[in-house]
Amino acid sequence: MTTTTTKALLEIDNVSKIFRNGASTTHVLDRMNLNAAEGDFVTVIGPSGCGKSTLLKIIAGLDTDYVGTVSIEGRKVDRPSQEKGFIFQEHRLFPWLNVESNIAADLSLSKPDVRERVNELIKLVKLEGFEKAYPRQISGGMSQRVAIARALLRKPKVLLLDEPFGALDAFTRAHLQEALLDIWQKNRTTMVLVTHDIDEAVFLSSRVVVMDAKPGRIKSIIPIDLPYPRKRTGTAFQDIRTHVLRSLEHSDTEEPSYTI
Amino acid sequence: MTTTIAVRSEQAALPNIARPKRAFPWKTFLRGAIIPAVVIALWQLLASNGAISETLFSSPWNILKEYYELTKTGELPHHLRISLVRASLGFLFGGGAGLLIGLLVGMSRPFEEVVNPTVQMLRTIPLLAITPLFIMWFGFGELSKVLLISLGAFFPMYVNTFLGVRNVDAKLFDVGRVLEFNWWKRTTRLVLPAALPNILLGTRLSLSIAWLCLVVAELLGAESGVGYMIQDARSFVQTDVVFVGITIFAIVGKLSDSIVRVLEQRLLRWQDSFKG
Repeated sequence: MTTTTTKALLEIDNVSKIFRNGASTTHVLDRMNLNAAEGDFVTVIGPSGCGKSTLLKIIAGLDTDYVGTVSIEGRKVDRPSQEKGFIFQEHRLFPWLNVESNIAADLSLSKPDVRERVNELIKLVKLEGFEKAYPRQISGGMSQRVAIARALLRKPKVLLLDEPFGALDAFTRAHLQEALLDIWQKNRTTMVLVTHDIDEAVFLSSRVVVMDAKPGRIKSIIPIDLPYPRKRTGTAFQDIRTHVLRSLEHSDTEEPSYTI
Repeated sequence: MTTTIAVRSEQAALPNIARPKRAFPWKTFLRGAIIPAVVIALWQLLASNGAISETLFSSPWNILKEYYELTKTGELPHHLRISLVRASLGFLFGGGAGLLIGLLVGMSRPFEEVVNPTVQMLRTIPLLAITPLFIMWFGFGELSKVLLISLGAFFPMYVNTFLGVRNVDAKLFDVGRVLEFNWWKRTTRLVLPAALPNILLGTRLSLSIAWLCLVVAELLGAESGVGYMIQDARSFVQTDVVFVGITIFAIVGKLSDSIVRVLEQRLLRWQDSFKG
């Protein structure tokens, strides 16, 4: 199941997580192996409850209750850090800070280098003119772009995105997918995206990891070689879409729901 | 390879960053002044008609004259200054301690379990019941007064800060972890600003309690201060002076409250709540 690429930036090695609730035991993740090279865009897709968000939290260091190892550039992940940028489903901006201060967060905007980087990022996520706006004054899509800029300011080795566009309407979502692609192509930041949207997965990623639920494990890894920008309506796109959908549909029938 | 991002209409229009302006500030002021104005007019009318005794109820005009007299002799500024210093010191110590301990208790559950039950128990003791003890221990001097005010100012600040910290959106703590906030940054960049609405409410309540305790402290035994001035005037049935004391409490109390409210408006601009 391991895909070895030229230079593995992120290595997930034999990661399992068991959730105990009284007498019942759920294998949230079962012996996961996954590598991502620098500049990769990996999308993890699967039915709800397959542990894909848990996997992302483990990579981020937000969840440390698991067995196996996760390492970035050979260093074991044991806590959250700025080299692992995290985009939550909700934007989670600080409501008392305006857009530019939210991007800077604990860094001082009066420092010239921070100022310069923040300005660059505001340009990158196309928020010029909204620097002084508070989160309550901007739309959900714009807020999510601010969150992305906040993560990128820390120059992460890998950007982890947990269903970042799930709560947005279809138009905003499509728009943000394009924006994310644009950012990825300009920055070449390694991306790991968790989603349940097949179109999103095929549109964005260089590899789609299809997961199976209960126990949560990798079902198949589908490389996508279509050139960017991809046309959602193209035949090749639809073929891959069907392929992903088919391997997703296989999921349900094989295993019992619970293993004791 | 370049993907053009459609510039959406949302980017064309700048949002209204300034708050919607409240209708003419004078109007707001006048609306608030209606009731006091009517009361004062009625009072003056009844007093000058002889319908009520000027000795017992004084009259707005007499009170104004008394204000002038007391300011001219320097008596009022003297007492007011002393009272202000006492109230401020008490508020500073009590409110400061309330903020600090409230923060600690809010942020750490073990600390809460150790400290909170005791504080909640002490909170229920009426301040007047403790006053005799304070006088026995610390005498009639400044210390017992400032301590009494501190004690009163402590609880509202403590309760509201504690509540404010516990109301912080738990999801933001994950953001703090991802951004590698240490304990200090978590407190100053996350908890304090998020709890600020409650802390400011605590400040307002704490200030008014400090003012209240000041009167208690000064009425119970003092040689100076507005409370003493009232007490002293009472024994000579100088109703005008008593009223001067009472109104000065009202004015300074309202003023301090207004200052905090202006602070609220400045600091809580980011809040998205119903504004009436």
